[in-house]
Amino acid sequence: MTTLTDTPPAGPALPARVSPLQGMRQSMTLAWRTVVQVRHNPWELGDFSIQPIMFVLLFTFMFGGAIMGDWQSYLTFMLPGMVVMNMLFVSLYVGQGLNTDLTKGVFDRLRSLPVARWAPLAGRILADQVKQAWSIVLVLGVGLILGFRIGTGLAGLLGAVALLLVFALAFSWVAVVVGLLAPDPERVQIYGMTALFPLTFVSNIFVPVQTLPGWLQGLVSVNPVSILADASRGLMVTGAQAGPIIATLIWAAAITTVFAPLSAWVFKRRV
Amino acid sequence: MNHAIRAEGLVKRFGTTTALDGVDFTVDAGTVLGLLGPNGAGKTTAVRVLSTLLHPDAGHATVGGYDVVRDAHRVRQLIGLTGQYAAVDESLTGRENLLLIGRLLGSSRAQSRHRARELLDQFGLTDAGDRAVKTYSGGMRRRLDLAASLVAHPSMLYLDEPTTGLDPRARTELWTLIRSLVSGGVTVLLTTQYLDEADALADDIVVIDHGRVIASGTPDELKAKLGSQTLSVRPEDETHLPLVASVVGELADHAPDLDGQRVTAPVTDPAVLPAVVRRLDDSGVVLTELALRNSSLDEVFLSLTGRPADETEQTSTERMLS
Ligand SMILES: Nc1ncnc2c1ncn2[C@@H]1O[C@H](COP(=O)(O)OP(=O)(O)OP(=O)(O)O)[C@@H](O)[C@H]1O
Ligand SMILES: [Mg+2]
Repeated sequence: MTTLTDTPPAGPALPARVSPLQGMRQSMTLAWRTVVQVRHNPWELGDFSIQPIMFVLLFTFMFGGAIMGDWQSYLTFMLPGMVVMNMLFVSLYVGQGLNTDLTKGVFDRLRSLPVARWAPLAGRILADQVKQAWSIVLVLGVGLILGFRIGTGLAGLLGAVALLLVFALAFSWVAVVVGLLAPDPERVQIYGMTALFPLTFVSNIFVPVQTLPGWLQGLVSVNPVSILADASRGLMVTGAQAGPIIATLIWAAAITTVFAPLSAWVFKRRV
Repeated sequence: MNHAIRAEGLVKRFGTTTALDGVDFTVDAGTVLGLLGPNGAGKTTAVRVLSTLLHPDAGHATVGGYDVVRDAHRVRQLIGLTGQYAAVDESLTGRENLLLIGRLLGSSRAQSRHRARELLDQFGLTDAGDRAVKTYSGGMRRRLDLAASLVAHPSMLYLDEPTTGLDPRARTELWTLIRSLVSGGVTVLLTTQYLDEADALADDIVVIDHGRVIASGTPDELKAKLGSQTLSVRPEDETHLPLVASVVGELADHAPDLDGQRVTAPVTDPAVLPAVVRRLDDSGVVLTELALRNSSLDEVFLSLTGRPADETEQTSTERMLS
């Protein structure tokens, strides 16, 4: 075959790539979309609002007395960890939303547009951070109404929120991988829950680690969920401790290092 | 010659399946190419390669002169894609879907709103524009999906089976819309399983099967080559078969086939039927069966792949005369 070269159209050349600034704007637009979705389906907000409120109430009043003698002390002990647990469950929404876009073909449409390759994902994760902030405020708010008191002041509280959001960002990559692997959005929830229940319950969120059998203590103390719960307790109640905070940041970095490239790899195989 | 779209030796494999097995075709600017093929032929795969969603394993393709792999971002600035399944966000309203795309393309809020209104209007979705897409009918979704691919005023439009699942009225409406886009200068690559759709819309047709191009040409060329209808004649008296065959052979543009008791031949001109009747009548041949039926796509493929036409079924479009 002769090589007839088809010349690009005359006139101003089309830009060859997206600028980072444009990519950021596109991510914001896609994050806006997720927020609009929530506005249209307020029950989705209920999904991640009612459950944490119920959990706080159940654990405080059902188990508080049995575990710590009185529910007030238990509330102080458990609430920072409850925020952590809720954050992990909310991050599943990244995976679920991503999976919905993949199975409904919306992702193909987005990828056929001159949009930064990373914008759809960044938009999701960005919007998820809004949901995260909301759920943190909600759980803390319910706690405060019941009598939870911040023992450290505003700086501690903000530090705790910042640390939670950093960890949530890292954990989003895990949710992305689950979202890419699951065949449909419902399955994202099922797989996610199946992994998250043991992860959050085999931790020091609900019970002091000393009450556990020795072999389980070891397991619970290496669980990053325990470490983050410890760091949050420190920042909100007992005074910040460098150890768990640094360990949390290292875990966040490690999770990102493993799961971000993994998600890129899974993504290439899926589409 | 400047081709708007050019595919050369495209190969795409999925595991052991070869979805595209060296596909070549070109589309001239401002024309419609119909990519015709049965289920699993590779139509969607070809569209996905040309819209930068898939990298070909071999071969290359250019759109507007830009390579779909190396210059993917530029290609994306030229194309609009309406995939095989409506790709709209069900939880948003129709208007929000269009706004989202406008904003993603970098238009201002006001421009995006204006374009969304314009498109909703053009596609008869103004009343439904502020309803969530999950309340839309299949046809409305399809229209919104098409509208979404037009937000950027693309100069190339890919339509992957745009009318599958639409009722006949919605189908002709969509045809009208596609024609008006083409008259506005848009180049269209259309995939379809329906011969009549390709015939109605396409300037050129490429027939693919098992990832290979098995025929191409204008609709008229293909029809002349294949015959759009099949004439089937059965005389009462078997000894009349040679005579029937010679009459049919003379009037039809192709040599007739003799199978058992019947003479069949592809014909393009429906007037052949009365002519055959008259001639055989004059010769005193009594017929027990005389039928003219539309070639189904199956027959087109069968005749293209050189396998004998399947005799067992007669289609519902069959017209029996005796
Ligand atoms: N992602 C994929 N993974 C594995 N196989 C695939 C994938 N996409 C397509 N195929 C296979 O490639 C072949 C061509 O598929 P393609 O979707 O391109 O066909 P098509 O002509 O669009 O068919 P249809 O009319 O059913 O839409 C089929 O055998 C299909 O099973
Ligand atoms: Mg297809």
